[in-house]
Amino acid sequence: MSITRSEGCAVAPARPAWQYLGAGAAAVGAWWLLYQQLEVLAGYLTYELLGLGRETHLGSSVAFFLFEVPKVLMLLVLVVFGIGIVRSHFTPERTRRLLAGRREATGNVLAALLGVVTPFCSCSAVPLFIGFVEAGIPLGVTLSFLIAAPMVNEVALVLLFGLFGARVALLYLGTGLLIATVAGWVIGRLHMERHVEEWVYSVRIGEASGESGFMTGAERLRYAAQAARAIVGKVWPFVVAGIAVGAGIHGYAPEGLLASIMGKGAWWSVPAAVLLGVPMYSNAAGIVPVVQALIEKGAALGTALAFMMAVIALSLPEMVILRRVLKGRLIATFAAVVATGILLVGWLFNLLL
Amino acid sequence: MKVQILGTGCAKCRQLYANADQAIKAAGLDAELEKVEKIQEILAFGVMATPALAVDGKVKSAGRLLSADEIKRILGAA
Repeated sequence: MSITRSEGCAVAPARPAWQYLGAGAAAVGAWWLLYQQLEVLAGYLTYELLGLGRETHLGSSVAFFLFEVPKVLMLLVLVVFGIGIVRSHFTPERTRRLLAGRREATGNVLAALLGVVTPFCSCSAVPLFIGFVEAGIPLGVTLSFLIAAPMVNEVALVLLFGLFGARVALLYLGTGLLIATVAGWVIGRLHMERHVEEWVYSVRIGEASGESGFMTGAERLRYAAQAARAIVGKVWPFVVAGIAVGAGIHGYAPEGLLASIMGKGAWWSVPAAVLLGVPMYSNAAGIVPVVQALIEKGAALGTALAFMMAVIALSLPEMVILRRVLKGRLIATFAAVVATGILLVGWLFNLLL
Repeated sequence: MKVQILGTGCAKCRQLYANADQAIKAAGLDAELEKVEKIQEILAFGVMATPALAVDGKVKSAGRLLSADEIKRILGAA
């Protein structure tokens, strides 16, 4: 796999910082120039080179596809790289130190925020959970972290920004953090500590040895580049497929097709969307373009966002992993509280927008 | 030299093991490579983010999938 091989050129350790800054500024400048031209290029390709009519279904679909795919992929590379730089400053050990000794409430808010910037993969959810518990971090605060980490997803954020604009992206970020904070706090209030598997409390964690946390500037860049390559390499087929479906709906499905079943008037569509979304397991990249197409044809934004959040925040594989440290009752409560939060957010969006 | 790969068996952990194996062979090092998969043992290293790599009991990297070249550098063979 190409992800695992770092290029030889990035190895030289002591290159002055201004070289990196200069190269970075040039790269962002070139990115911006190209990004500005995408719509014109897509139009030229579709209507001039391919000779499709502007008013036809096919022309409309093709232009949409040719514009959205490079646009979303370019945004994705930029944002995942930027987040990678931020994440290189946060290790789980550091996050644990920041959270240790926090009370509930402020702890929940901080944990949700740290859940976004701390590198996290669901395969290390178990060691992380035990590490947090062992440091005396309250259960509810730990769960705020574990809810926010998958729910506020940088790929989803980019796609929402690219396809809906800044307002929807910010609403998603804000409500995602809110759900993680409140859900963790609620579970903390329920005092479910005895529904954590007993062996968790007896694990002793060794002193972290070695210098695993420290990175030089060049290492941070390499770390971010590796993250960008790994994530974009993994999600691009979903993005392309999702936008292709979106393009088809964009060009062919009549306006308002879904207004009656997924529109604002149908209050039951939000719980139905959440129930449908929980057992589904997809990544954000595949789901957002489809959601966009649904909205364009009359589905309400709140319903569509609730569906997306349920798909990415609550997944069966993660529940199975967490089952090793949490008993069934706690897992069920966890899922129910988060699903309720998503439900309320869905209704709120439909009411406000 | 003893090189240990800490991970609960996810895809990244297996890839890190393969990369470490490749690095040791390519550099011709006399190193023993071992997997640590039990969660209690991983935590005993003070590691919360897998995959991690330890050399002679000291954690050198955690939460990152290192390339073979990076591992060579850590092992002092590049």
